Amino acid sequence: MSDRILEMRHITKEFPGVKALDDVSLEVRRGEIHGIVGENGAGKSTLMNVLSGIYPFGSYSGEIVFDGKPCHFQKIRDSENVGIVIIHQELALVPYLSIAENMFLGNERGSSLNINWNETYAKADDLLKIVGLQESSRTLIKDISVGKQQLVEIAKALSKDVKLLILDEPTASLNESDSMKLLNLLKEFQKKGVTSIIISHKINEIAYVADQITIIRDGAVIETLDATSGKVDESRIIRGMVGRELTSRFPKREPHISEEVVLEVDHWFVQHSLYSDRTVVDDVSFYVKRGEVVGIAGLMGAGRTELAMSIFGRSYGNDIRGTLKIHGKEVNLASEQDAIRHGLAYVTEDRKGNGLILSNPIRVNITLARLDKVSHHHVLDLDLEHEMAVNMKEKLGIKSTTVEQEVGNLSGGNQQKVLLSKWMFAEPDIMILDEPTRGIDVGAKYEIYCIINDLVAAGKSVVMISSEMPEVLGMCDRIYVMSQAKIVGEMDARDATQERIMSRILSVNKGA
Amino acid sequence: MSSNKSILWEKTKSFLLKNTMIIALVLVYLFFIIQSEGRMFLPQNVNNLIMQNSYVVILAVGMLLCILTGGNIDLSVGATVCLVGAIAGVLMVNLGWNIYVSMLICLAVGVAIGVWQGFWIAYVRVPPFIVTLAGQLLFRGLAQAILGGLTISGFSDSYLAIFNNYVNIPALDSGVMKLSCVIFGILCCAVYIIVTIWTNISKKRKGYAAEKPSSLYPKIVVISGIVMLLMYKLSLYKGIPYILLWLIGIVAIYTYITAKTTFGRHFYALGGNEKATKLSGINTNRIYFSAYVNVSFLAALAALVVSARFTSANPAAGTNYELDAIGSCFIGGASAYGGIGKVSGAVIGAVLMGVLNLGMNIIGVDSNFQKVVKGLVLLAAVIFDVVSKRRAIKSLA
Repeated sequence: MSDRILEMRHITKEFPGVKALDDVSLEVRRGEIHGIVGENGAGKSTLMNVLSGIYPFGSYSGEIVFDGKPCHFQKIRDSENVGIVIIHQELALVPYLSIAENMFLGNERGSSLNINWNETYAKADDLLKIVGLQESSRTLIKDISVGKQQLVEIAKALSKDVKLLILDEPTASLNESDSMKLLNLLKEFQKKGVTSIIISHKINEIAYVADQITIIRDGAVIETLDATSGKVDESRIIRGMVGRELTSRFPKREPHISEEVVLEVDHWFVQHSLYSDRTVVDDVSFYVKRGEVVGIAGLMGAGRTELAMSIFGRSYGNDIRGTLKIHGKEVNLASEQDAIRHGLAYVTEDRKGNGLILSNPIRVNITLARLDKVSHHHVLDLDLEHEMAVNMKEKLGIKSTTVEQEVGNLSGGNQQKVLLSKWMFAEPDIMILDEPTRGIDVGAKYEIYCIINDLVAAGKSVVMISSEMPEVLGMCDRIYVMSQAKIVGEMDARDATQERIMSRILSVNKGA
Repeated sequence: MSSNKSILWEKTKSFLLKNTMIIALVLVYLFFIIQSEGRMFLPQNVNNLIMQNSYVVILAVGMLLCILTGGNIDLSVGATVCLVGAIAGVLMVNLGWNIYVSMLICLAVGVAIGVWQGFWIAYVRVPPFIVTLAGQLLFRGLAQAILGGLTISGFSDSYLAIFNNYVNIPALDSGVMKLSCVIFGILCCAVYIIVTIWTNISKKRKGYAAEKPSSLYPKIVVISGIVMLLMYKLSLYKGIPYILLWLIGIVAIYTYITAKTTFGRHFYALGGNEKATKLSGINTNRIYFSAYVNVSFLAALAALVVSARFTSANPAAGTNYELDAIGSCFIGGASAYGGIGKVSGAVIGAVLMGVLNLGMNIIGVDSNFQKVVKGLVLLAAVIFDVVSKRRAIKSLA
């Protein structure tokens, strides 16, 4: 037996007009955790799609050797049969089926005309124990959090006798503690002999968990770093990814904070939109000054998104109480229109689901929130609209051939820029950014930070909700910590550290 | 050399994909002209094509707005046509009211039906399929109750004239060839050519991507040619039917609304992503509501057209009209998931259905078999749409 479980040799994959992968070779040693990093569009996902048979044998050149045998996968089933299981960034679970049903979907216990439910649930419970998920396997997927769903996916992979587990951005929508749990779980599996490949934008996680790190840039392997002998420096990885040294991951800015309070929220309560007996925002008060970047740190599910959306024209929640002052005047924002009219903008965390119209061109997306700016008496001036869209595209550096390109075809970072430009076009005074850099690469993150700096330099105020603590620490002037529907701490960014924020969060958890 | 060739091929392919339905329409028309040994293209049959399908065009335009909101359909338009027709019959024939007052009342009934359905759909969020299915039973039942199962006929000539007559200017139209028709055709072409060239020039001047002369001028020539040919044919029959003017008006208004107004843009946005549209400060409930008020309003208008054409109101009027309208939209390229579709597409879809009906009647296809053909055409159109989209996505991935 060779000590290499997987060898991919000279893989080249072309799409009409682009070489997505150019002579890529990858070696994965048996029993290791192999990290793959690279900017968006570098070719990581394409490589994994080749490996798992999504792109069938023959549509690429080069060879794949798994477990000493050359492989010619025609479809995903083929790769699963030899023990390669891929877990995609967007989870493939059916919300209205139970955990167990999902786990054995397409791989049902018993015979196809007579499913053995007892065996199904028993096996599922066993697997859940292995991944450390304390839920009954009869719970419906829709009722558990994204972090737990991720664990269900892993359990599902285990049920298939996995030899090589591939995780594509597994922690993109997880908070820090769930991410840690997941990474430690991978280390557990490693001890049991499971080899994994992990693709991630979060370099600190890769550095923490991986034995070898392969860096891909522009469809080619730049280098493979060996981390077994010692921890690889994060800046070393970043340098390889972007091909240049990012001297700082956060651009500097001159302070522009004035004493004028532009947004003040006082004793704000929100009930869950479906279960009205659940309080999701509990007596929250905070304020934002002109020119200030205020961070709201916390774990996922702390109530931050609910807080932001309830402020933004009551777009979430029931029985919303409390006072809201904009520029010192008390206002009642009954709809999203009211909120926009009062100079608020909410940039959603879910750009595909709540933010963008993927089937429409960039131009249409940018102007949607303020069509009145490009129309006279409700008649659109399409030339003006085109011009304004081109301006925004250039201002934010959206990479596309024209503004007529469909947003669905852009990369994650560019989509995020379209979403930002949509709300910048609305000319708000206060912008609430909800996870503005989720799932985008280091270079695009930096550009988005620069945009935030430009906004405050222009006298706007920014509220930034983020689960990535380095980002909150690096970008904000003042930080509120939210946990379990309450604000549990406020600190100046200069005094804040990850430990301080975490300890605030945990202090509440213990109390509860 | 080879790259030149492939670019040409790519261009042809994208041209074919963009204009599939027009090409299909022309091919089907040519097929029936050949099969019927030219009878299909007799002036009278060209005229019939317009007269017989006017109601489908009107309903398809209304249905399109519903479909745009997210693939939602209105199953009640046929029943609405029947009910409004029955009311028109009672008011004008039985009670002998003024025809204009009666027409206004009929349109108001259409709006009221739309308000009723729109309220449940938009504000209570009952699925449109169910509300309009209930409406189908409800309105057909009411219509039959009003008519007592009988047909009302005997509409006054002045009412019928509004929809059934032809433009007749004594100085021009006394001969065999109705000159007003040709002049109208020339005017239409002139306006079209001037507007097209003008917008292109202004685009160029402002520095936007203007259409290339190599594609612009052939397009102008082809479209003008088709318009003139149709007008020439009509001029050899009775001239311009009034209903054609109605249709041009309706199609022009709705094309403008969907393409050039913020209101129209909201429909596309809603169908593309409802949550994002709502968070953009757009009142999505109101859009749903207006889609259903509008479709019922146009159904009432179609009811007037239909009652005038059949010179009667009968309890079976409007049966299956909703299916014609829905089919037209999907054949015309509207997405079954909403957010994509054009008024011009719905019109082309309606005309294609009309050509199929008329052509099969002329060459004497069994009426049962006609349904089979129409069903297959509808399926084929949607399959083509789905498959070509999947290809486009694959080539981008």
